[in-house]
Amino acid sequence: MSSVAQAVSQVPTQIEMPPIDWAASAPLWIVFAGACVSVLLEAFLPRHQRWPVQVVATGLTLLAALVALAGYALSSPEPVLTFGAALAVDAPALFLWGTLIVLTVPSLLLLADRSVEPGGVFVASAAERAAARAGGSGSVPAGGGADPLVEHVDRSYGTPDQTPTMQTEPFPFVLFALGGMMAFVAANDLLTMFIALEVLSLPLYLLCGLARRRRLLSQEAAVKYFLLGAFGSAFFLYGIALLYGYAGSVRLSEISESAAGSLTSDTLLFAGLALLLVGLLFKGSVAPFHTWTPDVYQGAPTPVTAFMAACTKVAAFGAIARVLYVAFGSTVWEWRPVLWAVAIVSMVVGAVLGLTQTDVKRMIAYSSIAHAGFLMLGAMAITPDGTAGLLFYLVAYGFTTIAVFGVVSLVRGPDGEAGHLSAWAGLAKRSPLTAGVMTFLLLALAGIPLTSGFTAKFALFSAAAADGMVPLVVIALVASAVAAFFYLRVVVLMWFSEPAEDGPTVVVPGAFTTVAITLGTLATLVLGILPTPVLEWAASGAFVG
Amino acid sequence: MIAPLDPIVPGSGGNPLLIVLLLVPLVGAAALYPARRNAAAAKAIAMVTALVELALVVVAWSLYSVPAAQAGTRFQFEFSAPWIPAFGTHIAFGVDGISLALIALTAFLVPILLLFAWSEKLPEGRSVAGYFGLLLATQSTLVGVFAATDVFLFYVFFEAMLVPMYFLIGRFGGPRRQYAAVKFFLYSLLGGLIMLASLIGLYVTSAEQLGRGTFTWADLQAIAADTPTAVQIWLFLGFFVAFAIKAPLVPFHTWLPDAGAEAPIVAAVLLVGVLDKVGTYGFLRYLLPLFPQASQVLAPVVLVLAVAGIIYAALLAVGQTDMGRFVAYTSVAHFGFIALGVFAFSSQAFAGATLYMVNHGLSTGMLFLMVGMLIARGGSRLISDYGGVAKLAPVMAGCLLLAGMSSLALPGTNSFVSEFLVLIGSFPTRPVFTIIATVGIIFAALYVLWFYQRTMQGPVRGGAVIAALERGGAGGPGTMLDPGVAADRNKAGFPDLGRREVGLLAPLIVVIVVLGFYPAPVLDVINPSVTATMAELGLPDPVPAGGIVR
Repeated sequence: MSSVAQAVSQVPTQIEMPPIDWAASAPLWIVFAGACVSVLLEAFLPRHQRWPVQVVATGLTLLAALVALAGYALSSPEPVLTFGAALAVDAPALFLWGTLIVLTVPSLLLLADRSVEPGGVFVASAAERAAARAGGSGSVPAGGGADPLVEHVDRSYGTPDQTPTMQTEPFPFVLFALGGMMAFVAANDLLTMFIALEVLSLPLYLLCGLARRRRLLSQEAAVKYFLLGAFGSAFFLYGIALLYGYAGSVRLSEISESAAGSLTSDTLLFAGLALLLVGLLFKGSVAPFHTWTPDVYQGAPTPVTAFMAACTKVAAFGAIARVLYVAFGSTVWEWRPVLWAVAIVSMVVGAVLGLTQTDVKRMIAYSSIAHAGFLMLGAMAITPDGTAGLLFYLVAYGFTTIAVFGVVSLVRGPDGEAGHLSAWAGLAKRSPLTAGVMTFLLLALAGIPLTSGFTAKFALFSAAAADGMVPLVVIALVASAVAAFFYLRVVVLMWFSEPAEDGPTVVVPGAFTTVAITLGTLATLVLGILPTPVLEWAASGAFVG
Repeated sequence: MIAPLDPIVPGSGGNPLLIVLLLVPLVGAAALYPARRNAAAAKAIAMVTALVELALVVVAWSLYSVPAAQAGTRFQFEFSAPWIPAFGTHIAFGVDGISLALIALTAFLVPILLLFAWSEKLPEGRSVAGYFGLLLATQSTLVGVFAATDVFLFYVFFEAMLVPMYFLIGRFGGPRRQYAAVKFFLYSLLGGLIMLASLIGLYVTSAEQLGRGTFTWADLQAIAADTPTAVQIWLFLGFFVAFAIKAPLVPFHTWLPDAGAEAPIVAAVLLVGVLDKVGTYGFLRYLLPLFPQASQVLAPVVLVLAVAGIIYAALLAVGQTDMGRFVAYTSVAHFGFIALGVFAFSSQAFAGATLYMVNHGLSTGMLFLMVGMLIARGGSRLISDYGGVAKLAPVMAGCLLLAGMSSLALPGTNSFVSEFLVLIGSFPTRPVFTIIATVGIIFAALYVLWFYQRTMQGPVRGGAVIAALERGGAGGPGTMLDPGVAADRNKAGFPDLGRREVGLLAPLIVVIVVLGFYPAPVLDVINPSVTATMAELGLPDPVPAGGIVR
């Protein structure tokens, strides 16, 4: 080993290892290390041990990352650029990391649950399906086959004498996606951001296609998400190229400096920004780059949808805010009108098309598009208050959304989740507690006071109004009123309608799902009534570059 | 005894009385949950809660110091604690005479409503505990909305009170209850969100003027005069739309007839009698003091809406066929009078408008209850299904007549004092609007008397009455019939008021008559506060409160 080091040191133009602030970036490395360990576990453990071990390992990884983050953040550190200034560990990054890790916990609980869907929500592997067949001979069914016999056999799994068939690959996938998201929101140059974008996207594409039921829908969602996502990434990369051509650097702060002091034409700068934003807005499911959202939300297994809806939103808007704040803060008056239009389109599309939906997951998808429009207000406000409002909104929205999808996974018909809204009629009669929780969460999404949705809207919109976006705030509030109509429709169905004769049942959830829903609901309540600690942390500092 | 007018010190505590008033109904509502399977226990818990609340309000009323208010103490029983420092909000409560009168009205009505609903037949699968719990929850939010002295906190309660009322209408209402509940909620929510835009604007303005954003009412009032008029107008409009929907003023009123007709009677009383007063209360407490210049600039617009509402709603009331919608439209006309009084800018008119809010709650509340009793006997909501009821049930007809007389402001009933105060207080400043509004009184006589004549006078007729009489011998059950009434049915198909009904109407009748002859106890509490409101508006007072009528 030492000889290699000597050899390196003798090279005249030596490449120095950049100093790495391990303490600051520890949560990120812990998550990536945990993901790698998880892959190894997947490779070497016998099948029947994988599920419990993966659950424990993933939980420990998240716990360790959270402890490392808390230990670092509580020492009220100065913002640092580390890893050759590729990562900026500033107050918003720490907040976003905390948000992502904490939101992953309930997502993983939903993901790991095997009580709601016997054997878990993920498809059994092809080999096991074959083994489960009576003969178990050669022919392996293709992934798309919805063979009723196979489905029947799958349902019997999870009993004590049989090995659980749930795929355990989702655990490392989620950890890799989480690591990618954490790198994404802390990336200080565009190339790092691009790599993080791919790291977070690829596992998500795979996760979308793994639903145990409605295989075709799930695979269609995965393909759509992958193809459109690839387009988005290509746009992003093209944008990086143009910006590099303009500024001679991919570092965010240097782009800002070039833009502020340059006499060259702005064409490259704004063309680059536009392309870059296409990629980012795609991830944030902001209209008009939203078309994948309803299909993917509907097709993906519900726990994956919950994870995507909450964490991808956090990551995408963390990155959008960082890019706009650090790299384009000096040219805010040039690009803001365009983003005004984008925000308005997103709010209107989400609110209006949401009215016409009949599937609950698609409805929440359109709701998320409308919320993305609201979030744009915070991303456009280049003020500390704007950043704080955006960060708070992301936490509040994330918890509420995860809990909503948790409840959605409980309402089931004979063949899986009852997605159609008509199935929710009279739910309050069968299961008043579930209906009550769902009502509370929907009121939070609508922004009724004493829920986190209201506090978040207030924080975000007041910051936007203070930064000269009053007309946009008014439009956002009107859109909120329109969106409230489709949330109310579910409330009306649950409480005021009579249940259908052979309607779906509400599954009594196991511990994991119960904890996940409780966590999301409590967070929605607490952030609505006592938001001060989180608000103060969100306002503890601005992006640095 | 007389405290100086200090700004609320952040972090200070204060008098917990108002918080107790807020929490008692809420705790009572929560206590109903374990009793949801036991209707008798639920009723008892709810009634005890409502009576405890009433007793506490009586205590508050007796502790409220009129001399202190006259000497300039804006709010009494103040409590303040920081809530969300990042937004500058406080959990801040305090009452002046106006809000105390409305809280007292709520506390007075709720036990009567519980007694009215005591043996009501609920839709299948609905429990008494849920019904009464929602009523108590509504009462709690109403106390919060009237007692809040922090604008953000006011907004929180303003929106939160939609939720229990929405469930009351949607779960316990008439055949088109889903439609009415959603319409009510969406209208109010839209208004509320527009108000939120203004609320944010107010916050940003205060941050510009004070260096830090605040929502404390007193602080915002102190800087109100310095805000540019153009800004004030925008902020005013946001608040105004929310309040005009809530009140409701024409043309924002279309949800009320639906909600009023479809809501169960007790919810309709609470909705029209108290909850809608939040709109006119908001005019007086928030629009005028916080946006004084804008109020003066826009007063003609509001007055046009108010006077148009008086005439238009009165005409529509004449033409209604549904009794619930009829009462709802009469209320829209009355809200026009209240708005006229508020935007006439004299403390006499303010006092009249405030008293009108209380009196309207009593008279319309009683009218709704009488209608509810008719419906309990006949099972139909249509006016044309009733006729000649006075022959069958003379006591009932007499009570309905009294409620109607109070509604049309006959001298000797409570409403006369308030309507008279509004008109004489408005005349010096706004003679034309006042004269037009006076025409509304004639229409009021028309719709009330005609309604009374059609349902009560003449020979016994009308589908519902005849059917009830026919059922009377057999004692067969009707679909919407009140079991409490059914007990008497064997004696006569259309029984007169029972003891429970007389018992719940008696306090209303007493208060309606007493306030008609001797309104001073209420006016004395109201007057110092409306004088203060006048000072906050910054206009000379053409007709001082208490100047003409004491």
